Amino acid sequence: MDSIYSQYAWLIPLFPLVAFLIITAFGRSLRATSIMVALTGSLIALMLSILVLFEQMGSGEEFSERFTWMTIGNVQLSMGIEVTHLTSLMLVVVTLVSFLVNLYSMGYMKDDERISVFYGYIALFTFSMLGLVLSENLLTMYVFWELVGVCSFLLVGFWYTKPEARAAAKKAFIVTRIGDVGLLIAILLLFWYMPDHALDFASIKNVFDGQTGTIAEGITTLIAILIFVGAVGKSGQFPLHVWLPDAMEGPTPISALIHAATMVAAGVFLVARTYDIFEASQAAMNTVAYVGAFTAIFAATIGIAQNDIKRILAYSTVSQLGYMMMALGLGSLTGGIFHLFTHAFFKALLFLGAGSIIHAVHTQNIQEMGGLGSKMKITAWTFGIGALALSGIPPFSGFWSKDAILSTALDHNPLLFVVGLVAAFFTALYMARLFFLVFTGESRSKAHAHESPAVMTVPLIVLAVLAVLAGFVELPWSGLGFLGGWLLPGEEVVHHGSELVMVISTAVGALGIYLGWLIYVKGTISRDVVSSRVPGLVKLLERKYYMDELYHAVIVVPLRGIGQALQAVDDYIIDGVVRLTGAAAVWTGRAGIRMQNGQVQTYGLITAIGLIVLIVVIVGRRFW
Amino acid sequence: MLSSYLTMAAILFCIGLYGALAKRNAVVVLLCIELMLNAVNLNLIAFSKYGVVPSLTGQIFSLFTITVAAAEVAVGIAILIALFRSRGTVEIDEFDEMRR
Repeated sequence: MDSIYSQYAWLIPLFPLVAFLIITAFGRSLRATSIMVALTGSLIALMLSILVLFEQMGSGEEFSERFTWMTIGNVQLSMGIEVTHLTSLMLVVVTLVSFLVNLYSMGYMKDDERISVFYGYIALFTFSMLGLVLSENLLTMYVFWELVGVCSFLLVGFWYTKPEARAAAKKAFIVTRIGDVGLLIAILLLFWYMPDHALDFASIKNVFDGQTGTIAEGITTLIAILIFVGAVGKSGQFPLHVWLPDAMEGPTPISALIHAATMVAAGVFLVARTYDIFEASQAAMNTVAYVGAFTAIFAATIGIAQNDIKRILAYSTVSQLGYMMMALGLGSLTGGIFHLFTHAFFKALLFLGAGSIIHAVHTQNIQEMGGLGSKMKITAWTFGIGALALSGIPPFSGFWSKDAILSTALDHNPLLFVVGLVAAFFTALYMARLFFLVFTGESRSKAHAHESPAVMTVPLIVLAVLAVLAGFVELPWSGLGFLGGWLLPGEEVVHHGSELVMVISTAVGALGIYLGWLIYVKGTISRDVVSSRVPGLVKLLERKYYMDELYHAVIVVPLRGIGQALQAVDDYIIDGVVRLTGAAAVWTGRAGIRMQNGQVQTYGLITAIGLIVLIVVIVGRRFW
Repeated sequence: MLSSYLTMAAILFCIGLYGALAKRNAVVVLLCIELMLNAVNLNLIAFSKYGVVPSLTGQIFSLFTITVAAAEVAVGIAILIALFRSRGTVEIDEFDEMRR
């Protein structure tokens, strides 16, 4: 079968782009129309993506097409699309979540005055993200990579009247820029070292896969690590994770779309897309694995002590992204992508559920919620499914993907296996804490909570179904792992099928939830059992290991100092010279005015002095 | 011999220059200009007698200068009288029409 729909995959990003243009042009006066335009655009994109995915799942061939963008000397830069199994899967994830978020926002953002602007931004983001996914070479991918960053900036700062939102938007943009510089250098290095300066993924695969040794090992490691630096910035990995929790100042649907399901997964996608470079360097693989594992456990521990519902979910996202990176670093492309796939659904579900809760009680502090389970049944059920999926309880999707990662870890690196288990335990614990504090017990909220409208609950239900079912695409037993064999065609996929890992990870997840139940429902264990014994530890977690304070002291303050010093140089030295030049002209002019006073004697005197000066100069030069 | 003439002429010229630039009375200024012209005449004559190539041309030239100076003074005094009639003063710093 030829690839029929895949040839038209380039149309997929165009629909959201057209929607964005229409909304930007006419949206300000037509609120309802702009919503319909955005919905239609994302729906068509979703339909096409599903067709492409089905075709790729069938016997459809991978498809790529490109045209020359520009020619510099004898180097050609191209633009193009490439539909592979991986990209078709990402297409569906992005368009599906985007469509559901569009739908959900109809309810959540109903009363916002700038709703058409909001829909325009979402359409622009969807376009950029789809462009990123479909890009056939690293350069255009980088362009879209920056575009999604811009959209993230715009949407985080959507409520720009709030100072926190402004600060968070700036922080998100600047911190991810640090990673982007790494990616840019990696692209330049690749451009320099690749034969024919080719930057497309097919050539990269050929060069690094073939082990032909055209690129030295050190350079390979450097390129891989620099690409990973880009991924670290975008995917909120350890040193650069600080922007992601702050980005929760944006509207909640945005947190679900950009900061849970799609954009932050772009880093994982980038590593997966350039996986051959990583596979060529063991050092880079180890870096990815250890950074990922550290991030997973680091963020999970912070999540326990937070009180803001969206921040808990944000740290959970950071932690799960760490899991994906760890899987990639351990050599399991399938595990990483599988977890990305399932995580996109259940984390979007959790965020949208959180949005539904915030919509009802008008607070984000979980200590001020409680007893919402009976008032918001759909939200509670779907949120519970998401929480169970995230905690890794079978048969929900998160269990299967987490299990795939953990069994790989057990095979390759027992230390990381333990780290992953501990992170999974903390994940279950903070999700249990979140769920029980919000939905059970006495109501501590003054607001009159009610279930959200259907436009908000329908996406929740769809995502909940997916959160249950998405795991069944890759079961750990031989012959049932469809995803792995499909993602890596022609490669032997080993199925570990370790029942031991399944039992342990389920037990750890269940233990976390049980502990949470004991503390927050039953009350058998006091809530301040830890904080009364070691108050410093709790404080440390609440303050997020003082990372923000550390960065403030080590980076922000010195940079601001340098900035002020440089500004002083600009104000006083550069501006001073400029002002002096201007003033000199003014003074000369004033002196000229004074000289022209109509007094012949003054003119005579000046002439005489001028003559003397002239003589002195000429005579003096002879003696020089 | 030449240098003492030249020194004398230079002193005379400087006195004349000072008067022309510093005096307020226009008549005195005119007189001072005459002084400067005479310093020049003195130079011309000194060079024609003691110069490197002595020649009568210098003396003839100074006679010529005296004639022109006499004419110039006549015109100058005439202008001054006209000014005095219209403005009622010969103070030179009252005349600043050139500024406008």
